[in-house]
Amino acid sequence: MTIGLVVLAQATADGNAFAQMLVDGISFGAIYALLAMGFVIIFKSTSVINFAHGALTGLGAFLIAAFATVLDFPGRYLTFLPEWAQWTVNVLTALVAAALFGILLERVFLRPMVGEALFAVAIVTLGVDIVVRTITNDWIGTQPRPLGAPWGLEVVDLGWVRIAWSEVIQILVTIILLGAIAFFLRSRTGVAMRATAFDQETARAQGVNVGRIFSVAWAIAAFLAGVAGLFYSIFPRRATGVDQATAFIAFRAFPAVIIGGLDSIPGAVVGGFAVGIAESAANTYLTFEFLGNGFPGIVGYLLMMVVLLIRPYGLLGTPEIRRV
Amino acid sequence: MLAVENLEVVYNDVVLVLRGVSLAVPDGKIVALLGTNGAGKTTTLRAITGLLDIHEGEVTKGEISFDGAQITEEDPSNRVRRGISQVMEGRRVFVEMTVEENLRAGAHTNRDGERVKEARERVMTLFPRLADRRQATAGYLSGGEQQMLAIGRALMQDPKLLILDEPSLGLAPLLVQEVRDIIVEINQQGTSVLLIEQNAKMALSIADYGYIMETGKVVMDGDPAKLLKDEDVKEFYLGLHATGEKKSFRDVKHYKRRKRWLS
Ligand SMILES: Nc1ncnc2c1ncn2[C@@H]1O[C@H](COP(=O)(O)OP(=O)(O)OP(=O)(O)O)[C@@H](O)[C@H]1O
Ligand SMILES: [Mg+2]
Repeated sequence: MTIGLVVLAQATADGNAFAQMLVDGISFGAIYALLAMGFVIIFKSTSVINFAHGALTGLGAFLIAAFATVLDFPGRYLTFLPEWAQWTVNVLTALVAAALFGILLERVFLRPMVGEALFAVAIVTLGVDIVVRTITNDWIGTQPRPLGAPWGLEVVDLGWVRIAWSEVIQILVTIILLGAIAFFLRSRTGVAMRATAFDQETARAQGVNVGRIFSVAWAIAAFLAGVAGLFYSIFPRRATGVDQATAFIAFRAFPAVIIGGLDSIPGAVVGGFAVGIAESAANTYLTFEFLGNGFPGIVGYLLMMVVLLIRPYGLLGTPEIRRV
Repeated sequence: MLAVENLEVVYNDVVLVLRGVSLAVPDGKIVALLGTNGAGKTTTLRAITGLLDIHEGEVTKGEISFDGAQITEEDPSNRVRRGISQVMEGRRVFVEMTVEENLRAGAHTNRDGERVKEARERVMTLFPRLADRRQATAGYLSGGEQQMLAIGRALMQDPKLLILDEPSLGLAPLLVQEVRDIIVEINQQGTSVLLIEQNAKMALSIADYGYIMETGKVVMDGDPAKLLKDEDVKEFYLGLHATGEKKSFRDVKHYKRRKRWLS
């Protein structure tokens, strides 16, 4: 298998470049997939199109920077642990804090909007995005804040492809999270969440506390956004750390949501990796001067337009999104 | 067990739909609630189970109590926890989920593993066809099977009171019989039943007591034998589904009759 891959890689015009392109694409795609998944979870279970997802990403990354490097909390009290484990505990604490912020935002800004038109609620989330981004940026300040990943700039060189340690870990973490979400969706709360997503009134008739489901959905989405923010703010992405522009990553993840189908969680994953690989391919092969440096950033949108022409509801979305 | 007193419900702050409905479901009995389209049966159910808010409805007067406790303003999930469970009008199964997942959704408030197991056994015995198709997607079941699933789902929380809203709607006569027999069996296993129906013949054939609603009011109540003998009931409800011709004839006479009931 590995040999096959090597042969395939070397057989391509520039095999190494191709393999490198794939690795980069998958690792970037994982970030998009995490963001898109959270977006879809919120949309499905609470009927909110969440334009504040970027703000959640920036907030999550900032909290990780704060807990892991500024405060070193609670790691500083866990001296019996190796350093990387202390860092991991700090990050998990930050992610829990991010999830709590997610719950709070839903409770304060979106719960009162239950029953209002989809569009009106989407506009409210734009307001939430601005509020959260402003506050987070104030906390971040003008300098990027490093997240202090213990594996730093280390790279595994396999000869035909180079993978950063952080990418290896990122892909592993993403796989674990995908598995955890799949498992969750079959759990008691997960089944209740899917029931709520499908038919809120009937879910309530089964005794599901729909408000609690909203909280869980936002907690999960904020957690996933935090993880995406983490991997976006370390080497080999933006190694300097989280800064005021981190939140804009969400705009590059939105096409992933649409490509996969607004209401499909597997779709979000497929869309995320599709956009990641497409961007990476553009980065590797489309280096025409006249397209400029920003071109890979719009590849996701181009791909989205093509997909929408062929499948108006996305790859895995259901044709009529709202049924009553 | 369940007591509804002088219930008044308003939709959208203006539409008065229930005007002082009172009814009771005693422990262990089957009570039928009959009425034509728009009489307010489903609204009564929503008030009892706490689901008026999504429909912009509100209880403006009256009280609902269950096992002696006031539940008029209680959260719907608490009412389920107390043991009130419903089969909604139109089945409303989660068609994207499997049969098993539908049942698990129904068991949401039932956190006692043993009780869930017993409830599942009971459902599987009542509906062997569901047992065969546990992993099937609910949307691929036939209409009758979906109705069985809706009833099974409601039984998963092991309720004290089961409220069914027009379970015979859209079912072939043979299936109506089957649903009727199942309701009797559920009741014999110790669950009280409030059966909302337009099919009066079916409902009254198994009920211990019956109420008849018209335009938001109970216009007649009594034991089934008495109701079955009543001329008005005979005319409006029995054989309502007989033939289209007869039905329209009755619709014409409907207005006059209703006036007599109200006077
Ligand atoms: N959400 C709502 N807003 C306003 N009016 C409503 C609403 N829901 C029901 N109504 C009105 O309340 C009245 C009673 O409706 P309800 O659904 O309770 O009747 P029903 O007896 O269940 O009828 P059916 O046998 O057709 O199911 C009807 O006139 C209906 O138009
Ligand atoms: Mg009804």
